[in-house]
Amino acid sequence: MGQFGIGQPVRRKEDVRLLTGKGVYTDDVNIDGQVFGVFVRSPQANAVINAIDIETALAAEGVVAIYTGEDLAADGVGTLETEVEMADLAGNPMFRPKRTLLATGKVRFLGEPVAIVLAETQEQARAAAELVMVDYDQLPSIASTAGAVDPSSPPVWPEHGSNVSVHWENRPASEIDVHMERAKTRVTVDIVNNRLVPNPMEPRAAVAHFDAATGMMTLYAPTQGGRRIQGGLAKGILKIPADKMRVISQDTGGGFGIRGKLYPELGVVCWAARRSGRPVKWRGDRNETFVSDYHGRDQVNHAELGLDENGRVVALKVHTILNVGAYMGENGPRLPISGGGRIIPGVYDIENFYFSVKPVFTNTVPTDTYRGAGRPEANFLMERLMDAAADATGLARDEIRRRNVIRQDQMPYMTQMGLLIDSGDFIGNMDMAMEHSDWKGFEARRKESEKNGRLRGIGLGNFVEAAGGRPTEEMRVRISADGKATVFAGTYSHGQGHETVYAQLIEEYLGVPFDDVSLVQGDTATSPMGSAGTFGSRSSWMGGLGIRRSSDAIVAKGKKIAAKLLQGDEEAVSFENGVFSAGAGSVTIQEVAKAAQEPKNLPEGMEPGLDESFNVKRDAELFNFPNGCHVCEVEIDPDLGIAQIVGYTAVDDCGVVLNPFIVHGQVYGGIAQGIGQALTENTVYDAEGQLMTGSFMDYGMPKAQHFSHIEALFNEVRCKTNDLGVKGAGEAGACGAPSAFVSAVMNALSPYGIKHIDMPLTPDRIWQAIADAKSAKAA
Amino acid sequence: MQDFTFHMPAAVADAASLLGSCEDPKLIAGGMTLLPTLKQRLAEPTDLIDLGAIADLKGVKREGDQIVVGAMTCHADVAASELVLSTIPGLAMLAGQIGDPAVRHRGTIGGSSANADPAADYPAGLVGLCATVVTNQREIPADDFFTGLFDTALEPGEIITAMRFPIPKWSHYMKLRHPASGYAVVGVMVVDTGAGVRVAVTGAGPSVFRVAAMEEALSKDFSVKSIEAIKVDADGLNADMHASAAYRAHVITVLAKRAVAARG
Repeated sequence: MGQFGIGQPVRRKEDVRLLTGKGVYTDDVNIDGQVFGVFVRSPQANAVINAIDIETALAAEGVVAIYTGEDLAADGVGTLETEVEMADLAGNPMFRPKRTLLATGKVRFLGEPVAIVLAETQEQARAAAELVMVDYDQLPSIASTAGAVDPSSPPVWPEHGSNVSVHWENRPASEIDVHMERAKTRVTVDIVNNRLVPNPMEPRAAVAHFDAATGMMTLYAPTQGGRRIQGGLAKGILKIPADKMRVISQDTGGGFGIRGKLYPELGVVCWAARRSGRPVKWRGDRNETFVSDYHGRDQVNHAELGLDENGRVVALKVHTILNVGAYMGENGPRLPISGGGRIIPGVYDIENFYFSVKPVFTNTVPTDTYRGAGRPEANFLMERLMDAAADATGLARDEIRRRNVIRQDQMPYMTQMGLLIDSGDFIGNMDMAMEHSDWKGFEARRKESEKNGRLRGIGLGNFVEAAGGRPTEEMRVRISADGKATVFAGTYSHGQGHETVYAQLIEEYLGVPFDDVSLVQGDTATSPMGSAGTFGSRSSWMGGLGIRRSSDAIVAKGKKIAAKLLQGDEEAVSFENGVFSAGAGSVTIQEVAKAAQEPKNLPEGMEPGLDESFNVKRDAELFNFPNGCHVCEVEIDPDLGIAQIVGYTAVDDCGVVLNPFIVHGQVYGGIAQGIGQALTENTVYDAEGQLMTGSFMDYGMPKAQHFSHIEALFNEVRCKTNDLGVKGAGEAGACGAPSAFVSAVMNALSPYGIKHIDMPLTPDRIWQAIADAKSAKAA
Repeated sequence: MQDFTFHMPAAVADAASLLGSCEDPKLIAGGMTLLPTLKQRLAEPTDLIDLGAIADLKGVKREGDQIVVGAMTCHADVAASELVLSTIPGLAMLAGQIGDPAVRHRGTIGGSSANADPAADYPAGLVGLCATVVTNQREIPADDFFTGLFDTALEPGEIITAMRFPIPKWSHYMKLRHPASGYAVVGVMVVDTGAGVRVAVTGAGPSVFRVAAMEEALSKDFSVKSIEAIKVDADGLNADMHASAAYRAHVITVLAKRAVAARG
C-alpha cells in the first residue's frame, strides 16, 4: 500500500536521530550518586588463586568498596550455566560446569574477572584496580582447539578429567560407513574455522540502580532485548522476583548475537549496586571487548563425502571439534548442532549423514552465538566439500551442486536434523547468480588478468539457514485517542531498522500513516511479557506476525465500534486503507480510536481503547529457511599474495522483502563480516593462552578497500509457514560470503594445484602456499 | 590515564627548559602513539609538553636545493604540499599512505621520527632521501638518527625542529600495509639522489635499513632486471603472525622492483 507499505524501499526513520548523535547509549546514562566500577581481570590463562589482597587498594583515594567472588558467594549470588544439555549415544551427559560471576579459587582464561573495584571516579577505580594484588600459581594451559581432544592436554576442568565435555553423535558411524564404502569417489576436507572477536561498535557497559525502598533493581545495558536477561538476572543470579528487575537498553551499537547474553559482569554490577547502596556504572573498553565479550566460530572440521558414478552424494561424515572456551556459554556448546548448525548438510539432499561433535574446553574466552551462529560454519564446510567433489569427479562446480541440491519438487523437505524446509529455489539462485556475475565470460576476464601478471578466480557458494530462535514473541499495538499508533515490542532494534519496518506494517494493515507510528522498545517495563528479543533473524517473522495479529484484533474491535457509530450491523462493516465503511457511511480508524475512549460509544461490556496484543508461538519445526547463492570474483597478485575482490553477486531468498533498502543493508553487512572472517580476521592465542590479537593493531577488521561493488539481488520465494511470507535476512551474508570467496581464491590458485588454505586468506598465507607449491614442483 | 600537568609553550626554548625542569616530562606532538599509551596507563608522565603552539615548527619551505619540513607538520600537509609534490613526489606519496585520514591530520613528521616505530613509514623516507634531522641542538644525518627498535640518536632534552631533504633526481615509495594497523609490513623507498641510488626499507627489520646490493646494482644500471635476482636475507628480519621473515624478505625485492619500474 502506498509509498510506505510493505515492499517499499523506505528510508530509515531512526537514521536522523542515530546519525546526528542523538542516540542514547548506556554510557550516556548517569545516575545521581553513582560510583564507577572497574573489573580486575586475570592476566593468566590458567592459575590457582592463592589469595587476593585488597587492603592497599581499599585505602586508595576515592575507593568505596572492593568485592571478590567470596563476597558474592557469601551473599548467595547465583552462578551462570549453559542452557544446553547433550548426551552421547550411550546416554552419558555432557559435563556442564557452573561459572561463578567472579573467578573463585581458580582463573581459567585471560581476562576473566576476579574482583570489582568501586570508586568515586573512573580514574580512581582504575588506579585502585591496579593495586589489587592477586597471588596466582600458574598452571599449564591449553588454547588449541584440535589440541584439546588430546587426553594429555592440560585439563581446564580436572574434576571432569578431560577437555572433551561430551562426544555427541547423531547415530553410530557404522550405519554410514556401509554407504561410504559403496561410493565411487570419496573426498575429504580438513578445515579450521577461525575464531572471531565479534566487535560491535559499542563496547559493553552497564549502569545499575537499586531502590531499597521498593526493592526495584534497574539495569541499563546494551542488549538484544532485555526480557531474557531480566529473567536470568532475577531468578538465577540475584534471587529476586522478575518483576523487581527492570532492564533498559535505549540504543545499542550492534549486537551480532553476543549482546544478547547474560554476562557475569551484568550480575556483578547489579549486585554491587545493591550491596554498596550506590548506583554503579561500568564502562567497558575495547580491551575488555577482546578479552571478555564472547567470541565466535572456532571449530576444527574433518569431513568426508562419498559420491556415486553420477556425482550424487551417497554418504557424508562430519567430525567437528568445537572450542567452547573455559566455560560454557548460554548457547555455545550447541552451535554446531541444534543451535545454528542445525541446517547441516545445507541445501543438499543427503540421506546418509553421520555427524560427530566434540565441544572442548580450553583456556580461552567462551564462544557463543555470532552472526549465523553455526550456520556459516556448516555451509562453509558443505561448500568446501562440493568444491572438492567437483575437483575429484571432473564435474563443474555448479554441476556437482545441481545434481545434489534439494529441488523444489521435493519440498516440503525433511532434513536429517529434523527440520522441514518449506520453500526455496536453490537451482534458480545459482542460475541467477551465475548470470548476473557473467560466469560465462569469466575465461576472457581471466586471460586479461593473466596479461597483467594477475591470477583471477571465480567461486560460488550456496547456503541455507534456519531462522527463528526462541519459540515465543509477543507484540502489542495501540492506537491512541489522537489517532497515532504505537508498537510496544520486546524485539529490539540494535541496528535493524524496526522503527521503520514496523511502521510500514502498521500503515499497511491499519492505514495509520507511517509518520504517525512510533515504536516503544528496549525496556522490560513496557515490552510485552511474552517477548524474547532480536536474534536469530526472527523479528520480521515473529515480530511482524505479532503486529499482523494485533492489527487484525484492532480491526475486529474497530468494526464493532464502527458499526455502533454508523448505526449498522457489524457484519456489514468493511475495513480498507484505514477507513471503516458500512453502506454510504464511513469513519476513519482515527475517529474510531477517539470514540473508543468513551464507554458510551462502545457496545455493551467492551473495554475502552484500541489496544491489542498477540503472543506468537511456534512449534519447533516451523523455522524458516533463508537461502541463496553468492558468486565472488577475485584477482590475486601472486608476488605479494594479495587477494582482491573484483566482483560480488549476492542472490538472496529472504521470502517476501518488507523493505529492500533495509534488507540490502543486512546483506552488505553480513557479507562484510563473512569476508572479514575469510580475508582479515583471526583470533590468535599463543601456547600459554595469551591473546596475541587483543586490539585493532593486530586484529584485522574488514575495510571498504577489501570490497568491490556488491550486486545484491533477490530470488524471492514466499515462505509458506507464516502469513507475511517472510524469511530471515540478518545472517545470510555471513553464511554465503566465506565459501564464495574461498572458492574464488582456490580457483585462481588452481594452476599451482593448491586445494586449500585455512581462513583468513592473508597475503602471507597465500604467498606461502604459492611458494610451497612451486618448490614441491621443483623437487 | 593518570593526571599530569599540561604545558603548551610558544617557543622551542621554552619547551626545552620545561623538559629540563619537570620531574618526568614527555613531549607530545600529534600524540598518535603517546595518547593510546597514556590511556592504557603504560606511561605515566608528570608533565606533558605540547609542541602544537609553536608556530615555527609547522610548514614546508624551500631553502636553496633543500626542502625543509617543520617537525610539527602533519602527514596530510606533507602529502598535499605543492612544494613537496613538485620536488620530492616520493615523500608526498609516503606521507599520504600513513595510517588513515584521522592519523594523517594529527600525526607529525617529527613525532613519528622521534618515536622510531620499526613499522613506521617516515624512517624509510628520511634514510632513503638522505635527510638531515634538525634539532634544537644540532643536525643529525638520518643514516645516524635511527639507532634501533624505538631508539634514536636523540639525547635527553633534545627536540626535533625540522627535517631537511635534499631534492633528489627521482624518488618512489612502495608499501605493503598491515591488514589491521595500516603500518608498513614492508615499506621500500627508492631514491636516485643524482650521486647514486639509495634503497631504504622499513617494517621488515627492528629498524630502518638500506639494501647495499640493490643500491650498488641500481647505481650502475637503473633497471628492474638489475635487482631481480637480489634476495634479501631473511635472517634477523621481523616475524609475526601476519608475516614471516621469509615473506618480508621476498616482499622487499618485489616492492623495490615495482618502485624502480614506476620510473617511466
